[in-house]
Amino acid sequence: MKEYFGNIFTALSTIFIGMKITFKHMFVPSVTIQYPEVKPQLPERERNRLYVNMDDCIGCDQCSRACPVSCIDIETTKALPGEDIGKTSNGKKKALWVTNFTIDFAKCCYCQLCVFPCPTECIYMTDVYEFTEYKRENLVYDFVTLTKEERQEKRDNLAKFNAEKEAEKLKAASEPKPEIKKDQPEEK
Amino acid sequence: MMYDFFVDLFGNTTISGIISGFVMSLIPLFLFILPFALFAVYLERKVSAHMQDRLGPMRTGWHGWKQTIADILKLIQKEDIVAKDNDKLLFNIAPVLTFAGSYAAFAAIPFTSIFIGTEVDLGIFFIIAVTGLVVAGILMAGWASNNKYSLLGSMRSVAQIISYEIPTILVVLSLVMISGTMNLHTLSELQTGYVWNWYIFGGPGAELSKFLLIPSMFIGFLIIYISTLAEVNRTPFDIPEAESELVSGYHTEYSGMKFAMFFLAEYANMFAVSAIVVALFLGGYQSPIGYLGDLIGAKWMIPIEQFSWFTIKGVFFVFVQMWLRWTLPRLRVDQLMTTSWKYLIPIAFVNLIIIGLITLL
Repeated sequence: MKEYFGNIFTALSTIFIGMKITFKHMFVPSVTIQYPEVKPQLPERERNRLYVNMDDCIGCDQCSRACPVSCIDIETTKALPGEDIGKTSNGKKKALWVTNFTIDFAKCCYCQLCVFPCPTECIYMTDVYEFTEYKRENLVYDFVTLTKEERQEKRDNLAKFNAEKEAEKLKAASEPKPEIKKDQPEEK
Repeated sequence: MMYDFFVDLFGNTTISGIISGFVMSLIPLFLFILPFALFAVYLERKVSAHMQDRLGPMRTGWHGWKQTIADILKLIQKEDIVAKDNDKLLFNIAPVLTFAGSYAAFAAIPFTSIFIGTEVDLGIFFIIAVTGLVVAGILMAGWASNNKYSLLGSMRSVAQIISYEIPTILVVLSLVMISGTMNLHTLSELQTGYVWNWYIFGGPGAELSKFLLIPSMFIGFLIIYISTLAEVNRTPFDIPEAESELVSGYHTEYSGMKFAMFFLAEYANMFAVSAIVVALFLGGYQSPIGYLGDLIGAKWMIPIEQFSWFTIKGVFFVFVQMWLRWTLPRLRVDQLMTTSWKYLIPIAFVNLIIIGLITLL
């Protein structure tokens, strides 16, 4: 009998305790962040979309080699001897035209391994994380500042320069060189 | 009364009686139940959200007030799916029957002193009898769905509703013993005046018996509130729709408008049971503090005030139902039966005898 009324008392009192707690929570400010209008404060070392500052890039290919998923694709073209490309912000002399620098963000795993090897600190993480696309091809970002024609021009220039050099070499090779012949093993 | 007003309006013939009866039966649906269901769903989502430190719907309109309108528009557009092995006839009748059962209860609920669907002297008896249709509809839905979860849910629902009808009726019986009427309109009229004339405070009058009744009335009020909560399948008594066990119980297989009818019936039921509790114990449509219309001599204002009081009291108890839902966990089947048969029914019975003895004084 005592247990019976004890049960009723426990049931009712615990219900009222619970109701008191839930009622208090109605006036606690909610933890929801209204996302597109209010953006959450991201941590200092967040890792999001990469950015490459092409003014500082020397085309050393170190980031591409560090990438575990091979999402960075770099093509460089040697500058001609007379050309002056300029200097990076920390005083290194640039010797290569970067004719192709694409990062495929569909592949990128945001590991930040490409950021540390960069000698000029020109590749780094930004705080942009909203860059969805409807087509996967649109996620391939091209960072080169040169136009398509300029890139082709640089390649053509180098090809022309190389061809001229080759032609010079051939011309030089066609002339007899007795002293070199002496060192070579005799042909059969 | 409003019925006489309509009869006069349409010319006093037999046809006008039928027309005004029809109009009277549709008024609560379109002026009250549909807007109330829309509001209650919104309230439920907001209350649950804020009790869990969330915000709830925020996207549609100011604080998401258009959300339930969007939801109901979506439900209307949805495809009406009937599976191959469903019992077509029962499957289609069930939602209509469930809604009819819960809607018919509104016929005997007095909204104001001038509006009551039908002035039956058996008022509360009629409500208890006609809400039995809801049980039939639920069992029908579960059986016709040809789905184990639906059937389990509806069986549980029927067992639960039948168990909890008994304490409800015992408390109603004790009220009928005191007041001597089953008509909810008369019952509300008896509690006129101020707060202390409500039946939860022993009813009108100032004799010794009134004060002796007060503890019994509080117990009766608690019992009828708990058991009506169980009758409308709300948490903590929601084992018929237990989401984590039974998908969503008897309406698992329903979609589109048929699902909307179950939904509407559920929210109409929530208000109906709150209204019954209010009419029995808390003065129905009576104001606790007197009427402004009486004070400034504008008699036409009184029904409007009465309607507001009735709605405020009803919505408050609907809010308490929601509050309990987000406070208490679901009862197990055996705990549910224990609560009814071991606790509520014996206490209600003893309460009935005590009230009977007091009324003999």
